[in-house]
Amino acid sequence: MYAYDELDRTLINERVSEFRDQVKRRLSGELTEDEFKMLRLQNGVYLQLHAYMFRVAIPYGTLSSKQLRQLAHVARRYDRGYGHFTTRQNIQFNWIKLAELPDALADLAEVGIHAMQTSGNNTRNVTSDQWAGVAPGEVEDPRIWSELLRQYTTLHPEFSFLPRKFKFAITASDHDRAAIKVHDIGLRLHKNADGETGFEVLVGGGLGRTPFIGKTIKPFVHGHDLLSYVEAILRVYNQYGRRDNIYKARIKILVHELGIEKFAKEVEEEWLQMRDSALAIDDSVIEDIRSRFSYPAYEKLPHMPDELKKAAHDPHFEAWRKNSVAAHKVPGYSIVTLSLKPVGGPPGDATADQMDAIADLADKYSFGEIRVGHEQNLALPHVARRDLPALWKALDNIGVATPNVNLVSDIIACPGLDYCSLANARSIPIAQELTRRFANHDTANLIGRLHINISGCINACGHHHVGHIGILGVEKNGEEFYQITIGGRADEKAEVGTLIGPAVPYGEVADVIEDIVEAYLALRERPDELFIDTVKRLGVEPFRERVYATR
Amino acid sequence: MPLVKHGKITTDTFVPVADDAEIPSDGAILISAARFLDDAEALSRRFGKTGVIWPNNRDVDDLVPYLDRLAVVALAFPSFRDGRAYTQARLLRERHGFRGELRATGQVLRDQFVFMLRAGFDAFEVKKQSDAEAFATTVKHYSVFYQPTGDGRLTALHRRMQLRHSESAGQ
Amino acid sequence: MTSPLEQKKIRIAGPSVVTANRTWDGVVIYRTAQQDWSADLSDAAIVRTSDEARALLAEAVADDVGAVGAYIAPVEVKDSGKIKPGNLREHIRSEGVTIDLPVPA
Repeated sequence: MYAYDELDRTLINERVSEFRDQVKRRLSGELTEDEFKMLRLQNGVYLQLHAYMFRVAIPYGTLSSKQLRQLAHVARRYDRGYGHFTTRQNIQFNWIKLAELPDALADLAEVGIHAMQTSGNNTRNVTSDQWAGVAPGEVEDPRIWSELLRQYTTLHPEFSFLPRKFKFAITASDHDRAAIKVHDIGLRLHKNADGETGFEVLVGGGLGRTPFIGKTIKPFVHGHDLLSYVEAILRVYNQYGRRDNIYKARIKILVHELGIEKFAKEVEEEWLQMRDSALAIDDSVIEDIRSRFSYPAYEKLPHMPDELKKAAHDPHFEAWRKNSVAAHKVPGYSIVTLSLKPVGGPPGDATADQMDAIADLADKYSFGEIRVGHEQNLALPHVARRDLPALWKALDNIGVATPNVNLVSDIIACPGLDYCSLANARSIPIAQELTRRFANHDTANLIGRLHINISGCINACGHHHVGHIGILGVEKNGEEFYQITIGGRADEKAEVGTLIGPAVPYGEVADVIEDIVEAYLALRERPDELFIDTVKRLGVEPFRERVYATR
Repeated sequence: MPLVKHGKITTDTFVPVADDAEIPSDGAILISAARFLDDAEALSRRFGKTGVIWPNNRDVDDLVPYLDRLAVVALAFPSFRDGRAYTQARLLRERHGFRGELRATGQVLRDQFVFMLRAGFDAFEVKKQSDAEAFATTVKHYSVFYQPTGDGRLTALHRRMQLRHSESAGQ
Repeated sequence: MTSPLEQKKIRIAGPSVVTANRTWDGVVIYRTAQQDWSADLSDAAIVRTSDEARALLAEAVADDVGAVGAYIAPVEVKDSGKIKPGNLREHIRSEGVTIDLPVPA
């Protein structure tokens, strides 16, 4: 957990007071909407279908119990009692009033939470692996570097009016849980032959209208050079990114149009002129940030405590444990994922009551810390294995222990047409129906790991391009239709999915998904060949045949 | 449009000269980049202060050889959302050492004053009278800055280092 | 349901209204025939020609303080005179989300 100091808190408060003044000037008419819109976006405030939406930052997906309780408070006091966790480790409130936003922001500032740059043409939340700092085999905690980047990019005077939004992601594990290959800048933390920390820097990844997998611009940038190198990339983008067409304004288009070699050359030329500047990071600076991260005082605990042995006879507990509990780097501890994908529920939502209960459980079982993942689930990162049975009972009680993590009903979905003014079609009801079709856990386990991603429009906030099965809402003659892709993935082997055929109407989507799953079960070589691997092996054709045979 | 310098509204002593108008033999003038570059050597040595209006979609490199002879470089924000001039300003100030007046023109609004100052602007053709009048109070909004620019302010990171050193020194 | 925020030419295909969101709280509002706004669709002024639509929209857009994001939306007018939303998007704006809220209102 990063401890904000007086300087961090002062900045947040100064931002809140500036926004309060801006809202006042908007409501009095001194600022027109045209002048105000970018200012409110820079504070995470969207205008949606039937209300404002407020996107609050959860830097690198880490929350304290105190902070989670304050999010619950905002949900109750200023919204309709719930919040939605997003694919970028943020939280969204859907019913916020502009006039009350400064107060909501002030309440959040009390616990070091802000909404700076969660929208707008600037640098957004630096996301990371929700298991950062506790995953076995991690090189080092990437959140230290996420925090360094967060500070560097916050209210940066040169880069607050970029051609378009800019997203960073960092991973420090071989298995990339942060989807770095589909970010504007992706950073893979690793050590060089001399044991020094640095980053493989990828650039130009992204989804939306024109998906691209990021390309490596430099295989190793030393940790000391991270900020200067990032500044060089941002500067080239700020100057040469397109500003004539918002659909061609992301850095991925610039990289694509110049080619990675030419783009790398531009960046290198810029970088060589400024690398030994005030941006060169001293070890002392890294240590200072590292020192502000507190880690739990782990006990020496057994891997197989009695409590666990006793609970093993309970098939429901075992089903959950096998599904939602992952290995921790410290023996005797575990990482517990809390599924926010209950059968029939909207994916990624949590009520204020649930948030409060989870905060209490975090205090009791996880050293007061919670994580938010881009798959729209939460995690408790420091749970002693002996506490698993008791924790499970409590989680089950509040409805966040559905043992479907990473399975077919663990669906990632954007808010879609129920909420979003950009959407063509609804996504949540599709997700809900799918969770009902695949509610049987034995079936889901039989199917194995399968990521379904749903986006209600081409902006791809549901990351459908990189879903094992991707579902994209489109509009045909005023009706909701859905294009289905298969074979996408977001990890270190990132790939964009392939369309299997013509779009299908709303009422048939769940049937189509069932057909695809059935096809997979019939075609897989062995029970443990994952869906994504069967698609890789056989291609799209066999699936297309079966789905469209009777359509 | 009020001009703000040194925190308050001042008279603009620079006269813009259209591309097809004659350039006065002395006096402070502002001319377009195209016009200036057409005859840069002579114009940069003219009697009287010369300022150049530089477009935001052109590298400042072509202007660099003449910077020490220019009194003003005016950069453009065609929309306040177009942030290219921030980069141009920083390059002029920090990389090329420009010491003259760096002027922000175009859609210059109150909510960008702090960013502009940090990027190196020291003169502002402010769109709204009320914004120009609020300049002095607006720029006091922030006291903490995370990243270094050429404005000489200590970043939060370095303030922390200083605090730690003085704490441990005091022990 | 293509976002009407991408409307460029104003040409209506049937009876339409002008709708927006109220600036201070984001509530969905409809332009009335009395140079005013109402949160109730039944109070909305109905336009039937592109010229009428353009005029009503211009008037609505001029109220920059009170309303945000005004645009023209299709409606159905029943024989009884009752106005109903003309597509799913407007239905959602007028009636609310099509799913159960996690916390009942």
